[in-house]
Amino acid sequence: MREYFNNIWTAVITILIGMKVTFKHLFVPAVTIQYPDVKPQLPERERNRLYVNMDDCIGCDQCARACPVDCITIETVKGLPGEDLGKTSNGKKKALWVTKFDIDFAKCCYCQLCVFPCPTECIYMTDTYEFSEFERNNLLYDFVTLTPEERLEKKANYEKYEAEKATEKAAAKTQPTNKTAETKE
Amino acid sequence: MTYDFFFNLTGSYVWADIIQSLLPLFIFILPFALFAVWLERKVSAHMQDRLGPMRVGKHGWLQTVADIIKLIQKEDIVAENNDKPLFNLAPVLVFVGTYAAFAAIPFSSAYIGSNIDLGVFFIVAVSSFVVAGILMAGWSSNNKYSLLGAMRSAAQIISYEIPTVLVIITIVMITGTLNLGTLSEMQTGHFWNWMIFGGPTFGLTKILLIPFMILAFGIIYTSTLAEVNRTPFDIPEAESELVSGYHTEYSGMKFAMFFLAEYANMFAVSAIVAALFFGGYQSPVGYLGNLFNIPWLVPVEQLFWFTAKGLFFVFVQMWLRWTLPRLRVDQLMQVCWKYLIPLAFVNLIVVGLLTLL
Repeated sequence: MREYFNNIWTAVITILIGMKVTFKHLFVPAVTIQYPDVKPQLPERERNRLYVNMDDCIGCDQCARACPVDCITIETVKGLPGEDLGKTSNGKKKALWVTKFDIDFAKCCYCQLCVFPCPTECIYMTDTYEFSEFERNNLLYDFVTLTPEERLEKKANYEKYEAEKATEKAAAKTQPTNKTAETKE
Repeated sequence: MTYDFFFNLTGSYVWADIIQSLLPLFIFILPFALFAVWLERKVSAHMQDRLGPMRVGKHGWLQTVADIIKLIQKEDIVAENNDKPLFNLAPVLVFVGTYAAFAAIPFSSAYIGSNIDLGVFFIVAVSSFVVAGILMAGWSSNNKYSLLGAMRSAAQIISYEIPTVLVIITIVMITGTLNLGTLSEMQTGHFWNWMIFGGPTFGLTKILLIPFMILAFGIIYTSTLAEVNRTPFDIPEAESELVSGYHTEYSGMKFAMFFLAEYANMFAVSAIVAALFFGGYQSPVGYLGNLFNIPWLVPVEQLFWFTAKGLFFVFVQMWLRWTLPRLRVDQLMQVCWKYLIPLAFVNLIVVGLLTLL
């Protein structure tokens, strides 16, 4: 009999205690972040989408070699002698036209290993993390600032230059006397 | 009062009847259900330190409207092996049972759908339709989870009707009437005339009655909570074990009917509790209409007080839902048969003796 009333008492009291707890929580400010409107503060060294500042890129291919998943593809074309390719922000002279700098973010594992070897610090992590796509191909980012025509032009220029050089070489081989004169120039 | 008004307006008993009977549906149940669903989500969210719906309208107040629009557009799926006539009838029957209960609920002195002398009895009787509807839904769904949910629901609702009725008898013994309108009129004046404070008579009996009235209120509130399948008595639709019980197989508007019926039912039982113990539509402090001598304001205020009391108990139901875990089936039956019913009987006898004083 005593247990019976004890049970009732415990039931009533525990329910009331529980209700007190939940009622208090009605007035506790919510922890929700209204995501698309309010964005969470990300940590200082967060790793998200890569960005390449092509003005500084010298096309050294070190990032592509560091990449553990081979998501960076770089193709370069040598600049012609006498052609001014500009300087990087830390004063290095550029010697190569970068005709292809693709990063496939479908492959990228955001390890940041490509960032450290860069001699000009032109590849780095940004704070953009919303770049999902419906097509996987759209995740292949092209960072080159040259237009497709310009790239072809640079390639063609270099090939032409090479060809000219080759013909000159061939000509020099046939007339070895000329060669010494040319080197003197 | 409203009936006479509509009769004069249309000049036909049929039209007055139709308008009178549709009034609570369109001006009360539908807006209330929309509001209550939103409130439920907001209350649950804030109790869990979340925000809940925020995108549709300010603080998501149009969320349920958007949900209803979505539900209307949905395909009405009827599985191949469903018992089709019963399957289609069940949500209607559940809603009818709930809606019929609103006929005898006194919203204000000017509006009682049907002011019958057997008001409370009618509500208890007609709300049993819900059991039939739920059982029908579970059976015709041809799904083991639905059937389990329906069986549990039937067992639960039938068991918990006993303490409810015992407490109603206790009140009826004191007041001597089953008419909810008269019951509310008896508790007029100030809040100390409410049944929870011993009723309108003064004297020793009133003071002695108070603890028993509080006990009676506790019993009826617990058992009505179980009758509307709310947590901690929500084993019929226990989502973690039975998918969602008897309405697992329903989609679109049929599901919406169940939903609407559930929320309407929540208000119906809260209204009964308010009418029996908390003065029905009576104001706890007096009326502005009487103070400033504006007769038409009084029924409006009464509607306000009634809705406020009903909403408060609906809020407490939600509050309990987000506080308590679900009971097991055996615990559920134990609470009813070993605790609520004996207590209700003892209460009935003691109150009966006290009223003889």
